[in-house]
Amino acid sequence: MTNNQTNTKAVVVKDLVKKFGDFVANDHLSFAVDKGEIFGFLGANGAGKTTAIKILCGLSHPTSGDVKIAGYDIYKQRDLIKKNIGYMSQKFSLYDDLSIAENIRFYGGIYGLSRKKIKEKTEEYIEKLGLQAYTKSMVKELPLGFKQKLAFSVAIVHDPPIVFLDEPTGGVDPITRRQFWELIYKEAANGKTIFVTTHYMDEAEYCDRVSIMVDGRIEALDEPKKLKETYGAQSMEEVFIQLARG
Amino acid sequence: MRIFIIKEFLQIFRDKRSLIILFGIPIVQVLLFGFALKNEIQDIPIAILDKSKDVYSQQLINKIISSDYFVLEEDLQEEKAIEEAFRKGKIKQLIIIENDFSEKLEKKNRAVVQLILDASNPNTASMINSYTSAILRDFEHEINPIPTRVPMVIPETQMRYNPELRSVFMFVPGVITIILMLVSAMMTSISIAREKELGTMEVLLVSPVKPIQIIVGKVLPYVLLSFSSAVIILIMAYTAFQMPMVGNLVLLLAESLLFIVMALALGIFISTVANSQQTAMLLSMFALLLPSILLTGFIFPIKNMPEILQYVSQLMPPKWFVIIIKNIMIKGNGIESIWKETLIILGFTVFFIGLSVKKFKTRLE
Amino acid sequence: MKTILYIIQKEFLQIIRDRMMLPIIFVIPIFQLLILAHAATYEIKYVDMGIIDLDQSVESRALVQKFEASPFFRINARSFSLEKLSDEMQNSRIEQILYIPSDFGYQIEKNAPVKVQLITDAVDGAAAGVMNAYALNIIKEFNKDVLKEAQLLSLNRKIIETRPSYWYNPDLDYKTFMIPGILVLLVSIIGLFLSGLNIVKEKEIGTIEQLNVTPIKKHHFIIGKLTPFWFIAMFDLFFGLALAKFVFNIPIVGSVGLIIGVASIYLVLVLGIGLFISTLADTQQQAMFIAWFFVIIFILLSGLFTPVENMPDWAQAINIINPIAYFIDFMRMVMLKGARLVDVSYHIISISIYAILSISLATWRYKKVV
Repeated sequence: MTNNQTNTKAVVVKDLVKKFGDFVANDHLSFAVDKGEIFGFLGANGAGKTTAIKILCGLSHPTSGDVKIAGYDIYKQRDLIKKNIGYMSQKFSLYDDLSIAENIRFYGGIYGLSRKKIKEKTEEYIEKLGLQAYTKSMVKELPLGFKQKLAFSVAIVHDPPIVFLDEPTGGVDPITRRQFWELIYKEAANGKTIFVTTHYMDEAEYCDRVSIMVDGRIEALDEPKKLKETYGAQSMEEVFIQLARG
Repeated sequence: MRIFIIKEFLQIFRDKRSLIILFGIPIVQVLLFGFALKNEIQDIPIAILDKSKDVYSQQLINKIISSDYFVLEEDLQEEKAIEEAFRKGKIKQLIIIENDFSEKLEKKNRAVVQLILDASNPNTASMINSYTSAILRDFEHEINPIPTRVPMVIPETQMRYNPELRSVFMFVPGVITIILMLVSAMMTSISIAREKELGTMEVLLVSPVKPIQIIVGKVLPYVLLSFSSAVIILIMAYTAFQMPMVGNLVLLLAESLLFIVMALALGIFISTVANSQQTAMLLSMFALLLPSILLTGFIFPIKNMPEILQYVSQLMPPKWFVIIIKNIMIKGNGIESIWKETLIILGFTVFFIGLSVKKFKTRLE
Repeated sequence: MKTILYIIQKEFLQIIRDRMMLPIIFVIPIFQLLILAHAATYEIKYVDMGIIDLDQSVESRALVQKFEASPFFRINARSFSLEKLSDEMQNSRIEQILYIPSDFGYQIEKNAPVKVQLITDAVDGAAAGVMNAYALNIIKEFNKDVLKEAQLLSLNRKIIETRPSYWYNPDLDYKTFMIPGILVLLVSIIGLFLSGLNIVKEKEIGTIEQLNVTPIKKHHFIIGKLTPFWFIAMFDLFFGLALAKFVFNIPIVGSVGLIIGVASIYLVLVLGIGLFISTLADTQQQAMFIAWFFVIIFILLSGLFTPVENMPDWAQAINIINPIAYFIDFMRMVMLKGARLVDVSYHIISISIYAILSISLATWRYKKVV
């Protein structure tokens, strides 16, 4: 929590609109994410989740609306935002033909970490993720689950207060997914804000609060427990189906 | 099966950039080769250093610069300026007429003209030299009284098949070959490597479709594309460049089809070897394109290459196809003159298909 | 600044890791240089000739004898039938036919001019011209002999003696001319394709997004990306120059320092174009086709194979925007003619302007945010 102590919000979005030609991908989104929160961003494929997260990360320009990340304005303070966020996409974004240490070194170097710090991080990650057997291997030889955890670790190599995860658990088995969420909890416990998109409704239960997107709009936003109460549902799955049909 | 072919077509046609290139490159190349690339020389910039400035020297200079071949770029006054004039790179020849040119011719019957040629391009240099010498010989005849009756052999030159010595005759067969190679071999190898990279190939392989159907489905659109490309070039050659079509058109098209199939087989083979698009591209580029430009005899005659390269050129399928095209289009030969070349291409086809099938099978097992 | 070093380090690692990449970068250019240098020659070593001598006289035999003695001619067929030899030509077994009529000796004896026919297979126009010139030369020699023998060469005939001297390439070695050009071609292709494909590849595998969320500066990223390729292409150039000098004995008359200096600017230009192409394309396939399209046009117009002077004005006009043409011309002038800085200042200025343009264009087009 280094920046802007007075502000308790990590992400503030007001009337965010993104259009591709006539197609409205994000239709007047407004929400705020508290610091230290695990915020779930749910929706079916094509609901506009990835479009929104790309705007929040500064990969894409919004058509209109106000966005503040860690207290910084998305139009004017892009560089400051970038120092304060981590991003992991569904593609994992690791270099297959580099080793684990080389990947960490590269991304660490880009974020301006010192050599000593990079070395520490490398040792820490290998230890923490149980990658000892793979220190000499290229990333392409890693099992998918390890790759995923490594991608997450690399995304937060510079200790950002806010982390954006775009469908981080695509294509892995339930056990690996659970392990991955444990990793997320650990980071949240350290005070990091986690912003995660997913279309697995069971994962929604792990979040502090979730928003559900349908056709570019946010249809619901609350704690999972309250949402289930409101919609009289047993699981988030049911909540989602009701909303999607809506 | 039909669905596959349709899918391939859709993918090719959706990719507008590739499509432009597919038809743009051939047209641009034919135009360039046909209009821009010439070995014939004209308007060559030269310099003259006339040390005599007398009657004969003036006559000679007039004769030289009134020819179509040369343009007087610089009239030098002193020898010191020579090196500079050449180093600047503009002039290709300097003609030096010695002191007292007329006097020497009148009294001693002999005078010297010195030619300094920029031989950095030896080809141009020797052509310029022979044109200049011819003008000098003419001049010699003019200033000498002609004997009435001399024994003399007068050669009558006949340039068969291509009386105007136009380079298009060489370039068109070459361009057709390159394009067919580029479109067929390169496009298929890249397209298959791409499916491998994206993992869509696996999906196709587990489907109930037979491998042979996949391959035919992949390849057929390219056959049609390459073929239409070839036809476009032929029409351009015939209309824009008045290239003759002496032989049998049907035979030419059939041979083109055979060559296309060969190139596709080669493309499939490359894709079984290469593990990524990038390697497939670089392999096709270096291993196919440059050799098929250089070792097929379409710019540089094979006969003059060192022996090793002549052997290497035997292994270049395009070489044989260039021979076939020239024989049919320009010389009007029938199958009886090109059956050997046809068999060789057929052999290559079988060879590449066999290799690919073997590779393909081992991959599946 | 340090971030640049990390990018460079990563790029080098990736290049070294790729087993196909190293041969493509290092071995193939060398092969190309060796093969191209030997393959690219217009020189005609010999002509396959067929002779029809209907006369069989002393004079006609003397003419045939002249052809036989020449190293430029190989007599592959003799016949009395023009039809038969025409057929041989039709099937490309001979390239030239000399037809001597039956009254050849008779006419010469009575001091009369006589015609012979010289038929050349002209499918390859350029080669036909040379072959024809060879044959005419021999007939000219023969005429001189005949005149001498008949003592008809008038004693007071005025003769202009021509003394050609070939500068910069006295042996008229075509390799000397081609190698500087081939060197340019190789480094251009290597530079263009490596840089053109590289960023598109990061787009395809998705790592570009990961880089774009980092606070990395645009110009740091571009410098870091291009530096490794700059070194690789530069290495190829050095290696090629060394091969040219020590294997092919091509003289390097001008200053090596000047070559290196201008080459380093030229490579920035090439890499800039490659980068620009990669910003236009979404897939490697597209990038490669765009690159090919321009490379083919630029190479054909650059004067590598056929002289620029022979091209029509519009083609020469295109060369104003053809970077390869500038650099080939520069290399030939410096390597073969020893041109000095002042002589090539036009080339250097053009290349520099072009380099600045291409890099700015690429930087401008490369967007971290879409």
